[in-house]
Amino acid sequence: MILLLCTAFAAAQTAAAPPPAPTAEDRIRELEDRIIALEGQVRMLQQQATTSQPAAQPAAPAPAQPLETVAATQPSDAAAQQPQLGGAPSMAKALNPDIAVIGNFVATAGHNPIVESPSLAVPETEVSFQAVVDPYARADVYLSFGEEGVDLEEGYLTFTALPRNFVAKVGKMREYFGKVNTMHTHVLPWVDRPLITENLLGGEEGLSDAGFSISRGFAGPKGIYLEATGQMYRGDAGDVWSQSGKRDVSALAHFRGYGDITESTNLDIGFSYGRGHNDLGSDFLTQLYGVDATLRWKPLRRAIYHSFLARSEFVWSDRQQFPARQRAFGFFTSADYQLARRWWMGGRFDWSDRARAAALTDKGGSFVLTYWPSEFAQIRGQYRYTNYAEGRNANELLMQVLFAIGAHGAHPF
Amino acid sequence: MKSYRTYAIIAALMGAMLFAGPAEAKQLNVVTSTTDMAALAQEVGGDKIKVEAIARGYQDPHFVEAKPSFLLKLRNADLLIAVGLDLELGWLPALVTQCGNGKIQPAASGYLDASQFAEILEKPTGPVSRAQGDVHPLGNPHYWLDPDNGRRIAKGIAAKLAQMDPENAAYFQQRAADFEQRLAQAEKRWQQQMAPYRGRKVVSYHKSWPNFARHFGLDVVGYVEPRPGIPPSPQHTMELIGQMKRDNVKIILVEPYFDLKTPNSIASKTGGKVVVLLPSVGGEQQASDYFKLFDYDIQLLTSAFQQVK
Repeated sequence: MILLLCTAFAAAQTAAAPPPAPTAEDRIRELEDRIIALEGQVRMLQQQATTSQPAAQPAAPAPAQPLETVAATQPSDAAAQQPQLGGAPSMAKALNPDIAVIGNFVATAGHNPIVESPSLAVPETEVSFQAVVDPYARADVYLSFGEEGVDLEEGYLTFTALPRNFVAKVGKMREYFGKVNTMHTHVLPWVDRPLITENLLGGEEGLSDAGFSISRGFAGPKGIYLEATGQMYRGDAGDVWSQSGKRDVSALAHFRGYGDITESTNLDIGFSYGRGHNDLGSDFLTQLYGVDATLRWKPLRRAIYHSFLARSEFVWSDRQQFPARQRAFGFFTSADYQLARRWWMGGRFDWSDRARAAALTDKGGSFVLTYWPSEFAQIRGQYRYTNYAEGRNANELLMQVLFAIGAHGAHPF
Repeated sequence: MKSYRTYAIIAALMGAMLFAGPAEAKQLNVVTSTTDMAALAQEVGGDKIKVEAIARGYQDPHFVEAKPSFLLKLRNADLLIAVGLDLELGWLPALVTQCGNGKIQPAASGYLDASQFAEILEKPTGPVSRAQGDVHPLGNPHYWLDPDNGRRIAKGIAAKLAQMDPENAAYFQQRAADFEQRLAQAEKRWQQQMAPYRGRKVVSYHKSWPNFARHFGLDVVGYVEPRPGIPPSPQHTMELIGQMKRDNVKIILVEPYFDLKTPNSIASKTGGKVVVLLPSVGGEQQASDYFKLFDYDIQLLTSAFQQVK
C-alpha cells in the first residue's frame, strides 16, 4: 500500500512539474524561424504587387515573374532619397503585366511559281501582355507586328473562377478547330503552316475571330480526360467565314479526349465542327469538320533529351457556292523526334483540295531540322517540296531564327 | 432555322455539363506540384487529407508537360501547394488557368506557395538577365533539401490545413509537432553520418543542392552546367576538370534526369565518382517519403566519400 502511495505521489509530482525551459539553442532556432517567416511574407507581398493582385486578397505567388517587374520591386537607395510625387508611377510599374517579345526571322531560297515568298523577311514579331485581372479572370493579349502593320493576333479574357469548373473566354481568339489552328507561329515545329491551313482554314493566319468560348473538362472512364468546348464568333475568319449581316455569326464545337497510355506516352484525339456564312452572302454556308490525333512520347527520366510527337489532322470543307457546292478534303501527317537536348528532326506530308475548287489538289512534303541554343532561341531549317494542282512544282529551303525575351506564359498543351 | 437548331444543340450540351457536378469530398483534396510537397503535406495531413503530386520524383521539375490529365486532379482540389520561386513557371500556371477551379487560382484561399515558409538561398542581389542562364530571380527553388526548411514547410502546411479545416486543427498541429520530433531524431543520425565529410568539396550538375550542401557542410565548388539550364560545353568541361584536379574534388553530384555522359567523362579524367543523388521524394522506390529521401541520399553520399578517400 505504501509503495502504491509513493508511486502515485511520484506520478503526481511528475505531472505537476513545469515543462522544461527552452534552451538557448531552441530560442535561437525559434528566432531564426520567425525571421525566415517574415522574409517569406515580404517576398509574397512583393510578388502580390507585381501580379496585380488586389491588396485585400491573401498573399499568393505570381504565376509568372517578368525579370523587369522583379527588378522594379527591389527598393533602391536613390529612389528612397528622391521626393515621391504622387506615388502612382512606382505602383503602376509594380502592376505591369508580364511582357514578352518573340521575334521571327525567315529566309527563303528556291523557286515557287505559285506562292512567292520574300528572300529575307520578318513576317511577325509577337508582343504579349499577360496578367491576372482580378480574382476571377486573367487577360492575354498578343499583338503581331508584321512588315505591313500591326494586328491583334489574340486578345481575350479568361474567366478562371466560374462555378462547376467551367472556363469561359471572351475576346479575339484563334478558333478551337483542330490543333494547329490554335497554335501560335512560334510554337509550331515547322517554319510554315500545313497546306490545309492555306487551302481550307482561312489562309496563312488560320481561323481567328472575335467571340466567346465556354468549355468544361470531364473525367471519362479509365482516367481519360474529356473536354467539350462551344464557341460563337462574329463570323469573320480568313476567307472561310464572312459576315454580311449581324446575324451571320459562326459557331464552333470541339470535343477532345485525352488518355495516358503509359506515363511516357499519351494520345490526344479531337473532333471539331464549325459553321458560318461565307463571302457570297447570308444564304451561303461553309461548314467545316475536323479530326485531329496526336501521339506523344516523352520518357520522364530523360524528358529533356528525347521525345517524339506524331500528329495528323483531317479536315472536310463543305462550301455552298455557284455554280456548285464544293466539298473539299485535306490532311497532313507529321512526326518530330528529339535527337538530343538541343536537336530535333521531323517531317510532314501535306495533301489538300482547295475549298473553292475542290477538284484542285495540292500536295507537299517537308523535312525539318531544329537546333535550340537555349530555351529562348531556336534556329530551324526546312526543305519544302510542293506539287500544286496546276501541275507546277516548288522546291524551297526555308531558314528561321526565333527568339524570346521577357516573360512569356506557357501555352496550353 | 437550321442555324438555330445548331445553337440549341450547343446550348443543350452546355446545360448537360452544368449538372454534371463533382461528388462531395470527405477529406481535403490536396494537389502539390512536386512529390516533396506531397510528402510533407501527407506527414501533417495524415488521413484527413487526400494528396496527389503532379510531377514525379525522377522528373526534372522545371520541365513538366502540362498534360490534360493533370486538369482532372486540379479541378477538384481544395488546396494546391506549389514550390514557387518560378520553378513551375513553364507548366503550372497554364494548368491552373485551364482547370476551371476558382479555389486554387493565384491569390485565392486554396493556393499555397510553400517558398514563403523556407529559407531561400542564392537570391540575386544585382541585375538579372538570361545571359546568366535560366536564372531564378527570386532565389534558388530547391529549398526543400534542407531538413530545417522541411520542418518549416510542414508547420506552414499544418497551419494552412487548420485554417481550411478548423475541426481538425488540433490533429494537424499534433502531427506537425510529431513530424518535427521525428525529424530532429533523424537529423541527429544524418549529421552523425555526414560529420566526417563536413567541408568536403563537391561538384554538381545543376544548382540543385545549395540548401542540402549548407545544411550538411559540403562545399559545392563548380557545376557541370556552365550556367543554370545551359548544357555543358567542351570548354567549360575542360575548365571544370582542371579545377577539380587543382582542388582535389572527387565527387560529382548528378540529378537522375540528367545525362551521365559528361559527368562520367569528367570522373574518368579526375579519378572522381559520379553520384546520382535524388533531389525529390519518389526518385527511386526506396526514397518513398521525406525521411527516406535523406536516408537514401546520405547513405549514397557517405559510401561514395569512403570510396574516393
